[in-house]
Amino acid sequence: MPEPGKFRRQEGREPVEFFRNVNVDWLGKKWYFLGFSLIFSTAGLISMAMHWNKIGSPVPLGVDFRGGTQVQVQFQNAPNTNQIRQATEAAGIKDASIRSYGSSGTNEMLISLPEQQDESSLDAGRARIVDALQAHYNNPFTVRNVQVVGPTVGKQLEKQATLATLYSLLGMLIYLWFRFQLIYGVAAVVACFHDTLITVGFFALTNQEISLTVIAAILTLVGYSMNDTIVVFDRIRENLRLSRREPLPDLVNRSINQTLSRTVLTSGLTFLTVLSLYVYGGPVLRGFSFALVVGILIGTYSSIAIAAPMLVAYQEWRAKSGKTVVLPAAKRSKV
Amino acid sequence: MKKNLKNKIALIVAVLLIFVYGIFGLPSGFSGKALMDSLTKRIHLGLDLRGGVHLILQVVVSEAVNAETDNSVARIQQDLQTAKLTYSQVYKPDPARPDVIKVEGTDPTKSSAVRSALDAKYSNEYDVSGGSDTAFTVTMKPNIVKALNDKTVQQAIETIRDRVDTLGVSEPVIQQYGLGDNQILVELPGISDLDRVKALIQDTSRLEIHEVVGGPYPDDQAALASVGGVLPGDQQIVHGSGVMAAGSGADSAFVLKRVSVVAGSDFRSADPGTNQNTGQRIVRFTLTNEAGDKFWAYTSANVGRSMAVVLGGRVREVANIKSAIRDTGEIEGSFSQEEVEALSKMLRTGALPASLNYLEDRTVGASLGADSIKQGVTAAIVGILLVMVFMLIYYRGSGVNADLALILNLVILLGFMGFSGATLTLPGIAGVILTIGMGVDSNVLIFERIREEMRAGKVASAAVDQGFAHAWGTILDTHVTTIVSAAILFLFGSGPVKGFAVTLTFGLLANLFTAVFVSRVIFDAHVNKLKSGEAVSI
Repeated sequence: MPEPGKFRRQEGREPVEFFRNVNVDWLGKKWYFLGFSLIFSTAGLISMAMHWNKIGSPVPLGVDFRGGTQVQVQFQNAPNTNQIRQATEAAGIKDASIRSYGSSGTNEMLISLPEQQDESSLDAGRARIVDALQAHYNNPFTVRNVQVVGPTVGKQLEKQATLATLYSLLGMLIYLWFRFQLIYGVAAVVACFHDTLITVGFFALTNQEISLTVIAAILTLVGYSMNDTIVVFDRIRENLRLSRREPLPDLVNRSINQTLSRTVLTSGLTFLTVLSLYVYGGPVLRGFSFALVVGILIGTYSSIAIAAPMLVAYQEWRAKSGKTVVLPAAKRSKV
Repeated sequence: MKKNLKNKIALIVAVLLIFVYGIFGLPSGFSGKALMDSLTKRIHLGLDLRGGVHLILQVVVSEAVNAETDNSVARIQQDLQTAKLTYSQVYKPDPARPDVIKVEGTDPTKSSAVRSALDAKYSNEYDVSGGSDTAFTVTMKPNIVKALNDKTVQQAIETIRDRVDTLGVSEPVIQQYGLGDNQILVELPGISDLDRVKALIQDTSRLEIHEVVGGPYPDDQAALASVGGVLPGDQQIVHGSGVMAAGSGADSAFVLKRVSVVAGSDFRSADPGTNQNTGQRIVRFTLTNEAGDKFWAYTSANVGRSMAVVLGGRVREVANIKSAIRDTGEIEGSFSQEEVEALSKMLRTGALPASLNYLEDRTVGASLGADSIKQGVTAAIVGILLVMVFMLIYYRGSGVNADLALILNLVILLGFMGFSGATLTLPGIAGVILTIGMGVDSNVLIFERIREEMRAGKVASAAVDQGFAHAWGTILDTHVTTIVSAAILFLFGSGPVKGFAVTLTFGLLANLFTAVFVSRVIFDAHVNKLKSGEAVSI
């Protein structure tokens, strides 16, 4: 039997391998993790509260949900926000919101008008903005993108987003219930909730808009975080089957260490691709890729730092109340 | 064992060829340009990549109901008169309830006769109820209202489609949208002039011909004075448009009968022409047969009177009925050539049965679309390269395995898109990138397990066996959960988000094949070549 820890090499070169003999006491650090999570969650919540105070929603909303008119204009020369505002006011347009868009070299601005209640005149806003710029601002421009969302459609989109989220979470819960026992499901859902909260918090902190595509990204990363948590849980279950006398915290630590290589690598690779999207993918996808970038990092972290400790905490709580519970090893275990 | 392997390799090559065909079709040549052309023909680009107009319109169905009940009002009046039953008025009391008609001032002694007269003709579509002995309420039945609404929306869709056809857009999308809210989705790729599209679609050129009671009057007051100060329920004041032959201005008012003699949908064709006598530009029109009968009956009975051509709610032309007209007529006015052609086109493609409100309008300029494609493809290439290089460094020989599987994955994914005609959107490109990241995860799972098994001392082939066997469960799990997520996004998402769900799903399905079957075949081929005792390069 060859020495454990070495395998026969093909060319005299050590393979690149991170995490070969990791032995970190993850559960021992759970208070640090909890603190870290609490700091970010609280920062996020505070920022959301501040946003709610200022604009009536916890995060800046994209035009999909906010409704109204949004015109993306590219100017030939560097645009000046004040002059643009003067131009729109001169044409009688009040409460136009004007901000720059995309990277600074492109001279692009977003000019938005709030939601119109009267649907028969929905498109008038766009025409007025274009006319105002042509008449009162001396800077040739092209209109690159227009979005006009009326209140009816705005509500429909909100409904769609809510339904999608609810069904996703429901689906996850049912799946976990079927695959594992209830406590695993609860721990995983708590971890996902934590991820979503922190991701949305980051949007509030960095003042970025949430649009429909961002919601799609968030739902995707919920699924991804769930997958990641399942990888750790599967290993815990397998180890439970094999060694019934090991104390649970040690077993969980060992399981995490065993899967660490795999977890970090898979997350790392996905993270690389998503990072590429964030850097090169352009401003239209920026919110989407930001959600994925943050979400993948937090999702990996939460499997180790939130979901696993929850399992152990549950067992310790049950043990204290007098019931000796062994975490169920469950029906299948094929990892 | 070896023969089995050869079959499997043949299968993989066949799959590769099939999906390459899916991407390119049968390319006309093999130069870069020819391949690009075939590619763009097969893969549909969404509006956010191609540029174009996306509109959601709502059909104001109450207008159609109004038109229908207006007709019924006229018929009720006629029926009551024929039956010699007196009444003071038949009208619609509430503008917000176009489905309700009131008959008032009937003779209390004849109320049952009135009731039966109404029931006889209208009980199919209306509910008749007696509020008192001298008044009756006739309400359109709810299911009839709904049928009328649906028919109106369908008609609007046909008409919009006809009009949009004249723009020459390739692959326009015009369909009912949303659930039961009378909404229509219109997507026109490649069009950037939104104003032109709207002018074409939305012009509710309800062309109608109404009987003239009096006019032209210089303004509203004079018109009102002519009817004794109070406008009877069956008449309305309509203004002239600025371009009338008679030279009346836009303020001039006419008193017209409310119910039209013929209306937009009665027109069968309309063409520009010239008046033989005056040389002026005219629109020559023909009516449908039934409308022709109606028109004949009306004009025969009203020779010498005037009728007004009302277009878009304004009087375009007043003509004297010189003789009875059956179904061919002319509209004269000081038209320019464009106006004559536009008017003819509008009449030809039928009138919109009701006006349209815009609920949503998104226009992506072509330049933004091109930029998005460039950025998306750049991000994809960078992402793919990063992943491929990492796999080579970390897993050496097996990294080549993973990279080959990755490339095949992409080919299958794009091939799926080509075969299914699914639309590629910008989030769809993001989905491709995400698929790469998640797909290569499967390889990592398998390879890590193989490394573990080899560390525990197993032979190469056994290690590979165990690696695949143990990882399969987790791979299936993660793929199924993500695909279910994507399915929900597909159901509830809008166009661009649907594109993301589609590429993610196709990519993960393809990955189940490439990461497991194809990788395994490559490993088996490699293991067969190893000398005994040699380790897998991983």
